[in-house]
Amino acid sequence: MGLIDLLKKIEPDKKKSPFMHTLYDGFFTFLYSPNSTTKGGVHMRDGMDLKRLMVYVVLAMQACFLFGTYNIGHQHFAAAGMFPGFVEGFHLKLVHGLIQMLPIFIVAHVVGLGIEFYFAAKKGHAIEEGFLVSGALIPLIMPPDIPLWILAVAVAFAVILGKEAFGGTGMNIWNVALLTRVFVFFAYPTTIAGDEVWVSGYNALAEGTQASYGWAHGMFNSLFEMMGLSTFQESTTKIVNGFTGATPLALAYQGGWENVTATYTPSQMWWGSIPGSIGETSKPLIIAGALFLLFTKVASWRIMLSMFLGGMIMALGLNFWGATPFMEVPWYYQMYMGSFLFAMAFMATDPVTASNTNRGKWIYGFMIGAIGMIVRVLNPAYPEGWMLAILFMNTFAPLIDHYVIQGNISKRLKRA
Amino acid sequence: MSTASNGNSTTMTKNKSVVSGQKIVLKKGFDIKLVGAPNDTTIKTVDINRVAIRPIDFLGMSPIPKVVVAVGDEVKAGDPLFFDKKRPDINYVSPVSGEIVDIVRGAKRAITEVVVLADKQQSYRSFDVPKLSNRDSVKSFMATSGLWNYINQRPFDTVADLDVVPRDVFISTFDSAPLAIDYSVIIEGKEDAFQKGIDVLKSLTDGNVYLGLDGRAGSKIASGYSTATNVIKNHFKGKHPAGNVGIQIHHTAPINSGDHIWTLDVQSVITIGKMFLEGKYDSSRIVAVVGGMLKDPKYVYVHQGASVGDILADNIDVNANNRIIAGNVLTGKQTTVERFMGYKDNQITVIEEGNKYEMFGWLLPLKPRPSISWTFPNFLFPNKKFKGETNTHGEKRAFVVTGQYESVLPMDIYPQHLMKAIMAGDFELMEGLGINELTEEDIAICEFVCTSKMPLQSILRDGLEMMKSQG
Repeated sequence: MGLIDLLKKIEPDKKKSPFMHTLYDGFFTFLYSPNSTTKGGVHMRDGMDLKRLMVYVVLAMQACFLFGTYNIGHQHFAAAGMFPGFVEGFHLKLVHGLIQMLPIFIVAHVVGLGIEFYFAAKKGHAIEEGFLVSGALIPLIMPPDIPLWILAVAVAFAVILGKEAFGGTGMNIWNVALLTRVFVFFAYPTTIAGDEVWVSGYNALAEGTQASYGWAHGMFNSLFEMMGLSTFQESTTKIVNGFTGATPLALAYQGGWENVTATYTPSQMWWGSIPGSIGETSKPLIIAGALFLLFTKVASWRIMLSMFLGGMIMALGLNFWGATPFMEVPWYYQMYMGSFLFAMAFMATDPVTASNTNRGKWIYGFMIGAIGMIVRVLNPAYPEGWMLAILFMNTFAPLIDHYVIQGNISKRLKRA
Repeated sequence: MSTASNGNSTTMTKNKSVVSGQKIVLKKGFDIKLVGAPNDTTIKTVDINRVAIRPIDFLGMSPIPKVVVAVGDEVKAGDPLFFDKKRPDINYVSPVSGEIVDIVRGAKRAITEVVVLADKQQSYRSFDVPKLSNRDSVKSFMATSGLWNYINQRPFDTVADLDVVPRDVFISTFDSAPLAIDYSVIIEGKEDAFQKGIDVLKSLTDGNVYLGLDGRAGSKIASGYSTATNVIKNHFKGKHPAGNVGIQIHHTAPINSGDHIWTLDVQSVITIGKMFLEGKYDSSRIVAVVGGMLKDPKYVYVHQGASVGDILADNIDVNANNRIIAGNVLTGKQTTVERFMGYKDNQITVIEEGNKYEMFGWLLPLKPRPSISWTFPNFLFPNKKFKGETNTHGEKRAFVVTGQYESVLPMDIYPQHLMKAIMAGDFELMEGLGINELTEEDIAICEFVCTSKMPLQSILRDGLEMMKSQG
């Protein structure tokens, strides 16, 4: 117990420096679970706490993180027609991915956690764990080329106005990660919409544009040279003829499934070596994460299942209508494109912003699936529907719960 | 709402419950499996020197009752000790014969304990028992002889009102709480007293007396319960809290607005029955002494309100890091060897204090612990018994997880919304969401599983007090 004595010795005074104490407390409880015992009420408590819960959600996303990082590099070179095999140029793809990804991850966490720490110190309570999950989700739903200052502003907006203004973790109405994204989407539409944002490392996506590398690439170049590996070359890495960077959804909107498969094969879309938001492309890894959350009972199976059904049934309805080529895309291929599965596994299942009641969760999930599919297929202004559908249903979740609760109340009254 | 005072209206879907012999299967619940159950059910004796009756045990009583004895007085078992000035007709009586040795006062001069030094040879005050045909004389007899305060009244779970005729009376004949006492031991040899107690209660209600029987796999139901007459018997199968009387009421004839339901535990019914059979106040009880920190878990036969120190005697290591609980780990009260058992306690649990830091305890718990969460490998060992300790395993947070309480509470109630309604002080919503059907023991399992470590039992009691003060 040497370490713990040392840590206890350096504990800052709570009154003199509340911020330092909050910070200390945050890290101390991260290292050690506290020695607090039950008082009044039950004498034993379940081993589960919020830290463990949140960490399990973050664990479920790790595979998406790894794949997403590598895929940034893969898309970068795919635009130049280099290293067409997924594992060719492995070191270059990985390093380029990390150079793009790490700053996004760090900025999201420094800004978000900084604000959380500040508010925790100001309110005089312990740091809450909510941002662990939001902070892990935010990088996964950003385009790889997002300017860091926009990301910082968006995170600050979401955490301050979306969460702390409502009272912190557990009190927010809207999903914090999606608020970050929706802020970028509406405040800086050109950075998150259109075809050009999904490939990083180029100033524009016109044919012949050279890649532009920074000091970090240079540093790795010297390392790679020493090891006798291929290096980043601005002069030879040029966008090839015909490359548009369009995502499958954009292609589907223009010409249906045939237009999509002209550029990407279904297996490419399934495994995820396509352009898109960082973490949402690889379907097997998302499904693995979803299964992990379902097995550990961390996420609600009701929401996942009902959202899947909602999306499926709406897609079948659109198939039946069939007025545009996009409507005719079979429902199962709709799942291949875009971020349907990612939204289902990680976004809709946020317990705070979803419906609280079990019956409400069925309605909530189903409506997200149905509305998101409508936005995706029928609305040309928005390439993807889940962000808007989830935020929309976040807003209505309390209303759904209200009616479920009223049902319970009137049942009780009728019984009398 | 018009005929709410008598809830057996014909529209009630649960009306079938008037037929005896239902088997009600409850799918929700959670059993906390702990080590420290007695190896055998033989009842040992321990020497009890001091006993105490504590006004604080009787919910709804004013904190400073009128004490009618003084230190040094000699009393017999059944002699009054004090009464509530708000309800002077109800006596609270001495469980033993002996000498009053202490009247302990706490904060604001509230009386916390009236302590009696028990005689080695007990003598009983003799009572003239009335006939059951006259309800009023039975009531006033029970009030003066100390039997009345065994009756709990819902809503609010307080000592029953004298002027109330309850819709029904409910008795659960098993306890599903962790390390709970085996109720078939309690009734052995006291079948007649139990039956008499039921007859007394039946005479006080125009409705029914319901018995909840243990329908769990492998349970043995004592003949005293299965052959009891004058009652409606239903079997309940499920994990804890299936044995809670509140859960059983909910599934047979739920409490509606305006209803009054009385509940009693089996040992109290036996005490009442003995009085009506033999004319003496015999409140001695069988207590399960259980828990992982005990040298020798066992069943003991003791006076009501016995000294905790006397019961545990040399069964615990006094220097060990113990938490002594009068009751079970979910609803019991923390106590010490200097203090006394509550008047209805039939269990004393000793587990380890968990006042230790644990490195990365939230991430990789090295010590196994009970949990409903599948993030622990507990599902691989469904029969594993845990030692049990009192660490909170995390800090208090706002409500985050949903559906968790509902998953362990076998009632058609939304506990989380009810708790929020209580916190917001919304009376109408509280009542609508069923606060009148609940008492602390019913939601204790929800408090155990709560990821946010909310104090649900104390929130609920605040809500019940609010409802009560509103009339």
